[in-house]
Amino acid sequence: MSVPRYWRMIPYLHRLVASYCENCSKYYYPPREICPRCRNKDLKNVDINGEGKLLTFTVIRSPPADFESLSPYIMGLVEVDGKIRVIARIVDVEPEELRIGMSLEPTVRRYRVNGKDGIIQYGIAFRPLYNNNT
Amino acid sequence: MSVFIRGISALKVGEHWNRSLRSLGAEAGINALEDASLSTVDAIYVGNMCAPYLQAQSHIGALIADYMGLSGVPAVHVEAACASGGAALHEACKAVLSGEYNNVLCIGVEKLSDMPTSQVSSSLASADDRVFSADLGMTFVGLNALLHRLYMHHFQVPPEKIAELAVLSHAHALNNPYAQYHLKLTVENVMSSPLIADPIHLLECAAISDGAAAVVLSREKGDIKVIASTMSSDYLSLHERTDLLSFSATQRAVMQAYKQANLSPKDIHIVEVHDAFTIMGVISLEDMGFAKRGEAAELIEAGYFNLNGELPINTLGGLKARGHPVGATGIYQVVDLVKQLRGDAGVNQIDNAIYGLAQNVGGIGGTVTIHILEGRC
Repeated sequence: MSVPRYWRMIPYLHRLVASYCENCSKYYYPPREICPRCRNKDLKNVDINGEGKLLTFTVIRSPPADFESLSPYIMGLVEVDGKIRVIARIVDVEPEELRIGMSLEPTVRRYRVNGKDGIIQYGIAFRPLYNNNT
Repeated sequence: MSVFIRGISALKVGEHWNRSLRSLGAEAGINALEDASLSTVDAIYVGNMCAPYLQAQSHIGALIADYMGLSGVPAVHVEAACASGGAALHEACKAVLSGEYNNVLCIGVEKLSDMPTSQVSSSLASADDRVFSADLGMTFVGLNALLHRLYMHHFQVPPEKIAELAVLSHAHALNNPYAQYHLKLTVENVMSSPLIADPIHLLECAAISDGAAAVVLSREKGDIKVIASTMSSDYLSLHERTDLLSFSATQRAVMQAYKQANLSPKDIHIVEVHDAFTIMGVISLEDMGFAKRGEAAELIEAGYFNLNGELPINTLGGLKARGHPVGATGIYQVVDLVKQLRGDAGVNQIDNAIYGLAQNVGGIGGTVTIHILEGRC
């Protein structure tokens, strides 16, 4: 990712800021400027907080360029606060401990360093919600 | 539709270390012209995904026309990730249908072996959202793995049954001299191969490869007719999909195609399904109406889709074993259907096949094209 692209997306990569369409009562992440359902252009930025639910997950063992040193790592599709779905790393847990539907909480992790564009990239990751998955 | 397939060609899929992108594309194009008994065409459409990334080469429509000795002919590059070939063919069909052109050449070409695997993986991941998926470390096989795990969980299907699709495609490639692999597989081989993105094993993924294939479309009546050519799109990434276990772009494109051809799923004799990963093939068979939801893997295991089954699929090896040179795949699929409909499929010939369908998927279902051919016209 080039410096301008990363810089531009920092507000959305370091926090979960979604676009909200009042017409459709729908939240969109990644953010959008036009509602894909009704094409309303007046979308509002809304912070999404709250619990995540693990919809499905995988372990990446053949990583793309710049991610070789992290491998293997867990990637999941997470529904957050019942509003948005996010592709993110799942951390602080072994794959065998994960279950579809389990509760997660957001955290921040370094995604890559020493990439070809020189960016130290941070982003949202998820980890099991303590004491809630027994 | 009044579009006929007048010529075809396909190079063996593999690692063509001593060949360039332009060399593969030009050879496939020239071979298809010779098969069509034509010396030139009115336009050229080139399907390719990764040249701008792996060869740092854009403008490959003009490049390949140039290296075929066809400078002066209108030529354009069509890109829709792994559906680039199908999308190029869709555009080529419309060009003939418009009445503007009589004969159109459609080439699919891809050269992945020019870069190391991690670069190829990054390039393929660009089929999904670069910022919110690929740049977070997600890979293309990883996206399919998300669906694979959810499918097993939701429909309670054991992984061995899904792996059967790789076994089928490899069995069908054994007698195809142009296939990338001539390697008979068992479910045990597949399940004991290394995990690439859990629960997907190495032998459930179409491999990195190079290849080129081409077809010549014509308004002039021939023995193979294109009776449907459709394309649909969907939300690019998985974030907004309400149903993760079905590709709505496949459903829309195939419904439109059945309507164009005035056929239903039970009328189709042979199918080329986009088995870039076993799970993608399984879901696609269900989306096209060839199996009930959650039941395709069961039918695969029972032999329903074998060469001697009710509905033979991927009769010359599919993406998994004939090979998946990404942007060329949509053309390879149609070439394989034409071989069957012409009676040129050799040992794997399916007798009495008249209607063949090819489904080409781009990304994780963001684009899907469907082509239905009628033989013996």
